[in-house]
Amino acid sequence: MSRYAAMFERLGGEGAFGAFLMLGDPDLQISARLLDAVVAGGADMIEVGIPFSDPVADGPVIQAAAQRALAAGVRTGDCLDLIAGFRARHRDVPVGILTYANIVLARTGFMRDVAEAGADSLLIADVPALEAEPFVAKMEQAGIAPVLIAAPNTPDTTLKRIAKLSKAYTYCVSRPGITGTHEGGRFDSLLVERLCCAGAPPQVFGFGISRPDHVRAALSTGAKGVICGSAIVECAALGGDVTALVRLLKGRPGTTRHRNELNLPAKESGNGCACDLARTNPIGAGLDSDRAVSGDQERRRDPVSPGLRTDGSAHQI
Amino acid sequence: MGLNGRFGRFGGCYVPEILVPALEQLEAVFLDAQEDPAFHDELNGLLANYAGRPTPLTRCRNLPGNIYLKREDLLHGGAHKTNQVLGQGLLAKRMGKTRLIAETGAGQHGVATAIVGALLGFETVIYMGAEDVERQKLNVFRMELMGARVIPVESGGRTLKDAINEALRDWSASFETTHYLLGTAAGPHPFPTMVREFQRVIGREARAQIVDQLGHLPDAVVACVGGGSNAIGLFADFIDDPVRLIGVEAAGRGLDGAEHGATLLRGTVGILHGAETYLLQDAEGQVADTWSVSAGLDYPAVGPEHAHLKDSGRAEYVGCTDAEALAAFKALAEGEGILCAFESAHAVAHALKLAEQEQDSAIVVGLSGRGDKDVSQAQALLA
Repeated sequence: MSRYAAMFERLGGEGAFGAFLMLGDPDLQISARLLDAVVAGGADMIEVGIPFSDPVADGPVIQAAAQRALAAGVRTGDCLDLIAGFRARHRDVPVGILTYANIVLARTGFMRDVAEAGADSLLIADVPALEAEPFVAKMEQAGIAPVLIAAPNTPDTTLKRIAKLSKAYTYCVSRPGITGTHEGGRFDSLLVERLCCAGAPPQVFGFGISRPDHVRAALSTGAKGVICGSAIVECAALGGDVTALVRLLKGRPGTTRHRNELNLPAKESGNGCACDLARTNPIGAGLDSDRAVSGDQERRRDPVSPGLRTDGSAHQI
Repeated sequence: MGLNGRFGRFGGCYVPEILVPALEQLEAVFLDAQEDPAFHDELNGLLANYAGRPTPLTRCRNLPGNIYLKREDLLHGGAHKTNQVLGQGLLAKRMGKTRLIAETGAGQHGVATAIVGALLGFETVIYMGAEDVERQKLNVFRMELMGARVIPVESGGRTLKDAINEALRDWSASFETTHYLLGTAAGPHPFPTMVREFQRVIGREARAQIVDQLGHLPDAVVACVGGGSNAIGLFADFIDDPVRLIGVEAAGRGLDGAEHGATLLRGTVGILHGAETYLLQDAEGQVADTWSVSAGLDYPAVGPEHAHLKDSGRAEYVGCTDAEALAAFKALAEGEGILCAFESAHAVAHALKLAEQEQDSAIVVGLSGRGDKDVSQAQALLA
């Protein structure tokens, strides 16, 4: 079983928390320590950037992080070493790479090298579904799980392609724009629903997640996780305690508490979306699925429903 | 997408997923407009009665050889850029957009976008590298006079590449109300195709004019290449003719160093700003900062169709240094009474070299812009 699949299974419907850091920011040693620090704070998976000179999908915070890493002389090979080091220390934590097409293209055997370093997935920010197939073929050959981005404005035909090509998870963009520049997002439950019905792997929200209430809002859509980037990168850049920040964002002190420890209700079968219920109730599908949708939404509003929770005792930074 | 966005292996649509619907909308409205006689009537009316087309083809009287200048410097706005901003401006109207954003290097595209913004009633925002804002103060003021807001971009090398990054970032949040009026035949599909079609008028006129004046086709057509819109516009109608097509890149302070913008001569294949094309980059895919005396050629990528024309051998690409361009700028001023843009001076410089070797060859040069914007820089450099 892949590390992502094992993680989602272990969390049992409780939202996964992904922490993003730019590899090599501000230098290799501190970068390695930061990766450990977010895991200590309870990050269930880490997403790491390989710095690129022209990151068009990123806002000022992550642009600056890439610039710091490049200015420190960090090369793609150094990033692979950081991943390999992390993998040696953390056998089970899924590692996803987020980077840009030109970085991938420039290194012969990029996919093989990242697989050997111990990364699990790869998202290329400037490769949309339209252009993804040659990249995905190479990733699959190397045993790297492709992750594609889906946005609220992505049409159904493209969502189907994204669902087919994405393997580890589906990266859902919470709003138009770039990373980290706007507060919060419009966490679109319809996007989660549409991806679910298209058979996509677990939906994980990114963009605009910087506070515990953003995490809760994102997970209340039925998404299976969140990724927080700019807030963590900025905290690190200001010399803050990223371990405490991750704890705060997750809304729980201490290490990850598993679903069964929280006595949460048993997980539903299937993906938990309206179309699962519709499939299990084929008779009168129209009416039933309507009811199923509203029922599903009610469950999501229930405070003890699956999802990350706040208990109010989180550390302030 | 309805059209093939590839030129051989080059081109494509490498943008964040969020922008794909905006590019699909743009392609659809472009294709729809191409079929609509009312669109062409409006565009051709503006080109003729507002922008001043057709532009003349001027035979040089005093420069050596047999050089003809296609005078885009005489177009309203002072450069060929006006051709395609009118086209894209009308498309933006058709899409119901209310705001235009654009990047600019030398400032010529920014000025052209400010013109169309004022003419057609758009809110207009221009991203310009902070380095270029310094180099091209006059153009910044021109844009502001026409109601555009100029935002200096401080990231990266603070030139055209960084301005494009910033415009793309703006667009990924604003596409519902905003059209990104990309200024050259580069970027993601459909821009390279669409910009070529709107600039094709340069070559269509030049071809008819040279045949009219000379009685036959020219031997060579020469144009400077930064992103490559004036060159592709001039080349387009000559592609099937037995005519040499020569693109002139900025060799800056010399092709052996790092201070140039000669993407096709010194670059390797990569992906930047939405397209697979030649790039100036290091071995790890980090895009290089470039240099040229002319801000408009100071760009580390190039339109994907030029990449294809290079690989297929249909066009030749050569370099011209800052010093050679300055000498040509001066020669054209002294010999013909024409102050051309530093960008265009690169094409003139190569035409002069060619004319020296082949006295009888008829050479059409794309004089893409006028030199007013460069006069103060020339004053400093030629002092």
